[in-house]
Order: sequence, then C-alpha cells, then structure tokens
Amino acid sequence: MTTVAAKPATAAKPATMAQALQRAMRDAMAEDPTVHVMGEDVGTLGGVFRVTDGLAKEFGDDRCTDTPLAEAGILGTAVGMAMYGLRPVVEMQFDAFAYPAFEQMVSHVSRMRNRTRGAMPMPLVVRVPYGGGIGGVEHHSDSSEAYYMATPGLHVVTPATVADAYGLLRAAIASDDPVVFLEPKRLYWSKSDWSPDAPTAVEPIGRAVVRRTGRSATLITYGPSLPVCMEAAEAARAEGWDLEVVDLRSLVPFDDETVCASVRRTGRAVVVHESTGFAGPGAEIAARVTERCFHHLEAPVLRVAGFDIPYPPPMLERHHLPGVDRILDAVARLQWEAGS
Amino acid sequence: MTVQELPGAASYRFTPPPAWKPRTDPAPLLPDPEPFRVLGTDAAAGFAPAVLRRLYAELVRGRRYNAQATALTKQGRLAVYPSSTGQEACEVAAALVLEEQDWLFPSYRDTLAAVARGLDPVEALTLLRGDWHTGYDPREHRIAPLCTPLATQLPHAVGLAHAARLKGDDVVALAMVGDGGTSEGDFHEALNFAAVWQAPVVFLVQNNGFAISVPLAKQTAAPSLAHKAVGYGMPGRLVDGNDAAAVHQVLSEAVARARRGGGPTLVEAVTYRVEAHTNADDATRYRGDGEVEAWRQHDPIKLLERELTERGLIDEDGVREAAERAEAMAARLRERMNADAVLDPMDLFTHVYAEQTAQLREQAAQLRAELDAEAEGDER
Ligand SMILES: Cc1ncc(C[n+]2csc(CCOP(=O)(O)OP(=O)(O)O)c2C)c(N)n1
Repeated sequence: MTTVAAKPATAAKPATMAQALQRAMRDAMAEDPTVHVMGEDVGTLGGVFRVTDGLAKEFGDDRCTDTPLAEAGILGTAVGMAMYGLRPVVEMQFDAFAYPAFEQMVSHVSRMRNRTRGAMPMPLVVRVPYGGGIGGVEHHSDSSEAYYMATPGLHVVTPATVADAYGLLRAAIASDDPVVFLEPKRLYWSKSDWSPDAPTAVEPIGRAVVRRTGRSATLITYGPSLPVCMEAAEAARAEGWDLEVVDLRSLVPFDDETVCASVRRTGRAVVVHESTGFAGPGAEIAARVTERCFHHLEAPVLRVAGFDIPYPPPMLERHHLPGVDRILDAVARLQWEAGS
Repeated sequence: MTVQELPGAASYRFTPPPAWKPRTDPAPLLPDPEPFRVLGTDAAAGFAPAVLRRLYAELVRGRRYNAQATALTKQGRLAVYPSSTGQEACEVAAALVLEEQDWLFPSYRDTLAAVARGLDPVEALTLLRGDWHTGYDPREHRIAPLCTPLATQLPHAVGLAHAARLKGDDVVALAMVGDGGTSEGDFHEALNFAAVWQAPVVFLVQNNGFAISVPLAKQTAAPSLAHKAVGYGMPGRLVDGNDAAAVHQVLSEAVARARRGGGPTLVEAVTYRVEAHTNADDATRYRGDGEVEAWRQHDPIKLLERELTERGLIDEDGVREAAERAEAMAARLRERMNADAVLDPMDLFTHVYAEQTAQLREQAAQLRAELDAEAEGDER
C-alpha cells in the first residue's frame, strides 16, 4: 500500500538525496506541529551535510534546535520530549559520533513501548549519516547498522534512492515506533529527477523492492551498495549472467516475502554490503534465506562485505569497500557444485 | 507516605551525613571574573625572557605550520585540516609546560601542540592526510592519539595519571578539549573522577567561541567554562588564551600543583578560531567578518612581539630569524608531503589483533590475490 500526499508546487526542484530528506522534514513539520528537529549544527548551519538547511529559518529555533554538543543528552532529551507527545527527529552528525547515545538507544528508546505494556510509545527518528567512500578521517565512515539491527524495538531503515529518501523519512516520522534512519552519506549528492512538485509517495517501512529483474541470481543489498550492485549487474551481462537486484530499504522489519520470492525465482543469491561480514547484516540475511529457500537454492548464499577490520583510513578504503569485481567474483562462485 | 506527609517536611533541610564534608570552601575554587593576563601588564616585567623568546619562536613556527597545512588541503595532499590559527598560544604553552615524562592528550585540532612537544611534523598529519589513523607510537613522545570523538580522551588522561601515581611515578597528564566538547558526558565524568581520585591532571579548554557553527551561548549557561570546575571540587582558572605568557604561567602553576599531589585543575583559555572549523567549512554562514577582525587585532603573535620589542628582548633581526626558521620548516614539510605516501594495502590486516585470526588470514589472502591480478593486468 502506497499512500500519496499532494504536494504544493514549488519553484525549486529538489534533486539530490540531501534535498529530498530536507523536504521530507519540512513537509512533516508543516503538517504536524509536534515534529521537532534537533542536533548539532542543524540550525543556522543547516547541518554539516546541509540536510536541515532552512528549517530553523522557516520554523524557528524551537522547532529546529541547535543543541549542546552531547549525543547522549540529545537522544535522552528527545526521549523525554517523545514521552510528552512530541515527535523528535534527531540528527547524529556522523555514524561514529552516535555511540555516546547508545545507552539511551538500547536502554530506553528501543524498549520503552515494551516495558510499559504499550502505554508509552517512542515516536522518534534518529537520523544517522553512515558508511564510507567519502574520504573521511577516522570515525567518519562506520557502518553501524548491525548494532541497531541487533537491538529489538528499533526499526532500521536506509534509502538508496532520492525518492526513497523522501518517502521513507516521511514514513519514519509518521511511525509510532522509534526509527533509526541510516543515510548513506556518499549518496547525499546523488541526483535523480525525483520532484516534489508531482504527488510524492510516502513509502511504508518494511518493504523491499526489486530494482532490476533477472533470472540467474539475486543480489540482495541496500543503501550505499545499491549503485555498486546495479553496476555489477550490468557488467555481469557480458559473462552471461542475468542478475536480479533487490534493494532492502528496511533492515528491520525485514521483507522476507520479496527477498525469498526473488531467490526462489533465481535459485542463487549474494548479499552485498560494506559493513563488516562477520556477525554483520549479511549473516542474518543469508541465514534467513537459507532457512526459507533451501530447496530452491542451487548454491550457498554468499556474502560480499567489508573486511573484518576497523574502517580503514581514506587512502586505503577502496581496498575495503565491496566493488564490482568482488561482486562478480562471488557471482562466478555461484556456479557451485555439491562436494566442490 | 509522600514527602509532604513526612513529619516536619515543610521545614526539612538537607543535612549531610556526619562523615560527609565538602573538601574545600568553594571560594578558592572559583575562577577570577576576568581572564588572567600577563602581556601588557606589570606582571610581564618579571616574566623570564628566555621563556618569552621560546614562546615567540614556537608561535611563529606554529602559525606557519597552520598556513602550510591549510595550503596542502588545497593541493589535495591533506584530506582535511582543522587550523588552530589564532589559538597558537594555547597549543604551544600546553606543550612547553610539560616535562619529558608527562603526557599530552590532544583533541583533533591540536596538531600544533603535538609538534611543539616534538612529534615529527609529517607524522602529526598522518590522521588528516589519511594514510593511517594515528600512525605514531604514543609512548615515544607521550602524546595520546589525536582524538576525533570529542572529549573521549579526557577520561584516558585521568586513568593514565592515576595509574602513574599508583605506581609512584612523577607524571602529569595535560588533556585538551574545545568549548563544545565540555558538553559531552565524558568531560564531566573525567572531571569528577579526577577530583575524587585527586589525579595529577590538568584540563585545558580552548574556548574559541564556536563548536562548528554553534556559539558558546548555545553550549552553556554557566558564567564561564572554568566555573564548571567548582562543582567537582577542583579549582577553575580563566586565562586570556591569546596571551602566551599568561597561558604558560597558569598551566605551569596547574602542572606544578598536580605534581605535588594537589590534584586536578580546569583551565579555560579564552581565544578565537580565526579560520573556519576546517577547510571544508563555510564560516560565513554563522559569523560576521567584523568579529573575526576584532580578534585579529588581539592576535597572540602581535601581543607577544609588542612585549618583546618594548622590553628590548627582540629586534628586527630576531623577528626575521624566527620567520626564516618557520619558513624553512614549512619548506621541509611541503617537500615531504609532496612525496606520495607509500602504503601497503596488506597492512589493513596487520594490526587488528596481536595474532591474526583465521578469518583475517583468509581475507588477507583474498586481497593479495586481487592485488596480484591487478598488477598482472597492469603489466599486460
Ligand atoms: C562525539 C562527537 N560528536 C560530534 C563530533 C563532530 N564534531 C567534530 S568537531 C565538532 C565541534 C567541536 O567544537 P569544540 O569542542 O568547541 O572544538 P573546536 O572545533 O572549536 O576546536 C563536532 C561537533 C565529534 N567529533 N565527536
């Protein structure tokens, strides 16, 4: 089910993912006075990635607030605001700087509904720019999705397209449960002809989408790795492989239906992400697919992931990030024969 | 029973249990209302000329280092550089007040302090250049890794100083943090531990007015950052961060106090970030030129040079000599940074664990094969 909200026509035509995210917050704030944006540098500066650009000007400092520099404090006060009926949208400046807020995330945000027998929902969104590939120095490139995925009570969402950035953020803000909204920072400047002038779709959380259909194997991916997988699928045609690409969009809840339908069609699957492989998101995904599609599988579900190392310095990151060649290698290994 | 129902609740007054006594009268812990100054005051006359000259040489070198490093970002030789131009007095004094056995815990902006303490100017840029995360051996100069997550190095400084004292070693730790960093929980926990343990630590806050775009007024409602010390039971000192002699004196006193077992001190140096947050930041979005210009008039190098000149401690030749030495340092830095970093991708797996795991050996083999294939492809 896709809900459609009519958008007022505007002159400016947002085209980048950063602009789509900004537009999503703006529309949500305009429609619902309980939506508040807060974080470090989100006001005057508009965020270090300019995702909150203009919100403070339009809605005032109380609706878009430059907080003191304290992530635990930011998320902790957001919890209190949500307890009192507001809908905070919190920005963490970079993936690795969200860790001071982990206590709040794990001990309160994720379990408030559960511990109060449903009496106290936590309708807040934590926006986290994540992932590498932008030449950032240490602590600016972590992929932290596995930590959030392993915490029951959190939704974990990550758009890979400009349209999804808008649609999923609108849904995240509307959700009565806490959503960790992971923004692939290397796609912030990716463009599309998505336009807020046309009616814009709010994308329900929890549904994967097939970005490219194919018959010989499925690439299961999300966020920053989607464009890489699309490129790999193109390149694989030369080798005679017709690859299907599934964009998960939502890691929690997980869309078993779409993923398994695809794998049952193709009989082979590779999970691709830049987060570390060991105990990473791909471990869970491969296990689920194996449990549900075992009799349809022609080969083991493979993973192409970042190495199991601290995220490397910029000069070495290209060796760490899963690229087209590594994906094609895995695809080649899908010609698996039992006993080999 | 609620509090109201308790007998005598209306006249209830908190009385501390008998064993609990505040350590000190808070009055001596309070910072001066005005930042402490030396240059241009009577106190300057008594200041050791050798120290002033040393400070001057280091300030001039430091400013040149900042300019050179910023230039290197424009040439793509550095990924990013957070300049400390305007704040050199704090950087240099922090390094110079320490003895060899002491430890420095810098933040990510404090490259200069590390260089002034003796770290190789190129090694100090490893993190920002992007060839490795820290690269240098912290034990060699007793400089902890340049720290990006804000305030997280402060508890380390307390722990290290505490450990040294437990071992009976004469070691003081000096930890640096920005005004924004004082809002982090780690800052407060570090101060509390330091005071409770009476650890030989000095906390230096460089209050340069902004945390990226956020001005101090949105960071704290305290009369000064130095005031924060009082609640933890340690003295707070407020100092003019552009007055190299004053910073040197206040830090020296704090270090001496820590060394003789007097416990920690919080020093707030009031200074200004003249450049943008980093070369990637657009400061015009959040501040006006007039403000920057006013601070440029209160420049740490100008202040010290005036004092040295008036007292006849430096002449034109001395000024030129300092500039020439700084220029030579910059030329060497430029030359060394212009050589491409030699990196071995296999190092990715070398220092994750003391002993490589089977999984990492497997992944290393995978990368080795990829690199070999790449090299073969290049040859053909
Ligand atoms: C825990 C943490 N949160 C956020 C950041 C991102 N960040 C880097 S520098 C900075 C501002 C720091 O301001 P301040 O402490 O005043 O030091 P200054 O940059 O002025 O030297 C921020 C928010 C970070 N590095 N670490």
